Amino acid sequence: MPLNRKDLLGIEDLTAEEIELILDTAETFRDVNARQIKKVPTLRGKTVINLFFEASTRTRTSFEIAAKRLSADAINISASTSSVVKGETLVDTAMNLQAMAPDAIVIRHSSSGAPHQISRILKASVINAGDGAHEHPTQALLDALTIRQNKGRISGLRVAIVGDILHSRVARSNVHLLVKLGAHVVLAGPRTLLPLGLDRLIEQSPGTITFADNIDDAIADADVVMMLRIQLERMAGGFFPSLREYSIHYGLNRRRLQLAKPDCIVLHPGPVNRGVEIDSDVADGPFSLILDQVSNGVAVRMAVLYLLAGGSESSK
Amino acid sequence: MTKPTLIKNGRIIDPSQSLDAQRDLLIREGRVAEISESIDAPDAEILDASGLIVAPGFIDLHVHFREPGQEYKETIESGSRTAAAGGFTSVCCMPNTNPINDNSSVTSFIVERARESAIVNVFPIGAITRESKGEELAEIGEMKKAGIVGISDDGKPVLDSGIMRRAMEYSIDFDLPVIDHCEDCCGSKNWAMHEGEYSALMGLKGLPGAAEDLHVSRDLLLAEMTGARIHIAHISTAKSVDMVRQAKARGVRVTCEVTPHHFTLTDEDVYRSGYDTNFKMAPPLRSRADLDAILEGLRDGTIDAIATDHAPHHANEKMLEFDRAPNGIIGLETAVSLTLDRLVHRGIITMTRMVELLSINPARIFKLDRGTLKPGSIADVTIFDPEKMVTIDPNASLSKSRNTPFGGWELKGAPVRTVVQHRER
Repeated sequence: MPLNRKDLLGIEDLTAEEIELILDTAETFRDVNARQIKKVPTLRGKTVINLFFEASTRTRTSFEIAAKRLSADAINISASTSSVVKGETLVDTAMNLQAMAPDAIVIRHSSSGAPHQISRILKASVINAGDGAHEHPTQALLDALTIRQNKGRISGLRVAIVGDILHSRVARSNVHLLVKLGAHVVLAGPRTLLPLGLDRLIEQSPGTITFADNIDDAIADADVVMMLRIQLERMAGGFFPSLREYSIHYGLNRRRLQLAKPDCIVLHPGPVNRGVEIDSDVADGPFSLILDQVSNGVAVRMAVLYLLAGGSESSK
Repeated sequence: MTKPTLIKNGRIIDPSQSLDAQRDLLIREGRVAEISESIDAPDAEILDASGLIVAPGFIDLHVHFREPGQEYKETIESGSRTAAAGGFTSVCCMPNTNPINDNSSVTSFIVERARESAIVNVFPIGAITRESKGEELAEIGEMKKAGIVGISDDGKPVLDSGIMRRAMEYSIDFDLPVIDHCEDCCGSKNWAMHEGEYSALMGLKGLPGAAEDLHVSRDLLLAEMTGARIHIAHISTAKSVDMVRQAKARGVRVTCEVTPHHFTLTDEDVYRSGYDTNFKMAPPLRSRADLDAILEGLRDGTIDAIATDHAPHHANEKMLEFDRAPNGIIGLETAVSLTLDRLVHRGIITMTRMVELLSINPARIFKLDRGTLKPGSIADVTIFDPEKMVTIDPNASLSKSRNTPFGGWELKGAPVRTVVQHRER
């Protein structure tokens, strides 16, 4: 079954079957990544441009490694080196790249919707590597892959997502994905950072979405606890008074983690603010799968590039 | 001397004289000479209005013509042609040009440019405060002498209540309405859309309805205290409509306008558009409940006027990311069709009420010598066809800009032509 679409703009548009397809495909690439020679000829002759308008180490490197392991030619463009600083519009940049006939453009942008805007102009596949506070689909897919490997399923699990939900594209993509695959998502964080109403527009089937009144309620009986990075500039924005208070009231520590199921796993999309949203002994502890997430990121991105930029089954 | 004009066989709807009947209309020397069942005037040019509606010329209380300063977006000339194509015979220009219309020399420039190049009446609105900074009053009296018909810091809400109070008091001496763009920032600087379920889903920074409500409530209290005339620009929320309704009942001298996009579109349309920047404007497209309250306000008389907030932006500027793109859409050419299609044909308001919202009411709010076809009055006329089907084509617009969310829409009802003969030269 092919992934019958040009772009991956968000999890919101995907069906459960498409998500399962990407995850299943990623499993096979995990095997490739475990080999001594970690390279397949699948995308030989294809060009993948990583167009990053926002700083990123992990995601950009992950996409670059994914493209190279598929034998595609990967080019990285960051906003500081492109024409964007000269006042060129996003649309102009996209048209110029199009003229060089790439097969896929991976875009990270601080404005929500930027990938959607350029996807309407580009013939190349557009892969959203994070747009503003909107979506970060490959992050949700790698989180799902990590959960599935450890729990054997996603359906029926209770997943707590804690922190700055309002500004988090990771949270939005995860909410969409987990609900489509039947998990029960519980969101918690300071009231100033909760996008209340998010639950009303997402079909709560087969999974559900609820907002918890506090972090302890969210973590209680959780199978998965996903902590979000809190950004320092939110303090200046008046969303919370201090990092100290944040870590006391909303941070994950060993005591809080005891409220979760005994076999609970802890995820974090990184980069981690140790001692703020998560204590080091939890981040480095036995329940933490933070580094597994990073490994799975490469496999998931290989799957997405493969399914969109088109390799054929036989060449894999 | 211009040739007399005889408009024959039209259905004249003129709420100012409770007229709705098939009549002929004769214009001589730019003024209404006669209205009667059948007129013969051998010396007149004849306009056949059979099957059409003839109304007092439509007045748009809220446009941005960008001259002086941003002539690449619109000029007084291109804007006036766009207005005429849309069925408007008079427009009121907001002062946020460059330089801002905050002194009489800029006002005089606009009046002069209109005289040279406009094909409809152009009435300037002056700034409330110097450079619209909200700090010191502009020279309102001098601008009035030069031709302004109201004062506003549109786009830059006057946040200091003390300054607003003084502006209201001072406006009374010059018999000018204070027009306010109501937007308390409510912790939402650089917002991109209405705050609600859809902003949550789209990851865009929202501006809550309360930001408008806070500002409207303050203005109503100050207007009640000072006795000034205030006009709420582009009202967009259910609570604001309700507060205006209550204030009117108490006798506060308040009026308000609504834009066609706020009675047609909601934040769901922003979502469905997939981050199309032609759905970004201030105030933002609100919720379904807000739109329903606006329809009720149009029905029960709380809302006094329909105004376009015609805000041209060059295509390059709208090609930006959604949160970086400028606010505003063009509206002069789509307003009459949207009003007919969405309000009249759907039974929200009558045809007479539509004409009232677009002619006599706006004329009264800004005290313009317009809005009526009573014999002797200035003969600005709008002729429209309520049945004509149109498809909106942004590329056919006479504006210098193309920023409309209504491209491709099929609407029932359209302006046919305008008559503007009386020019104060």
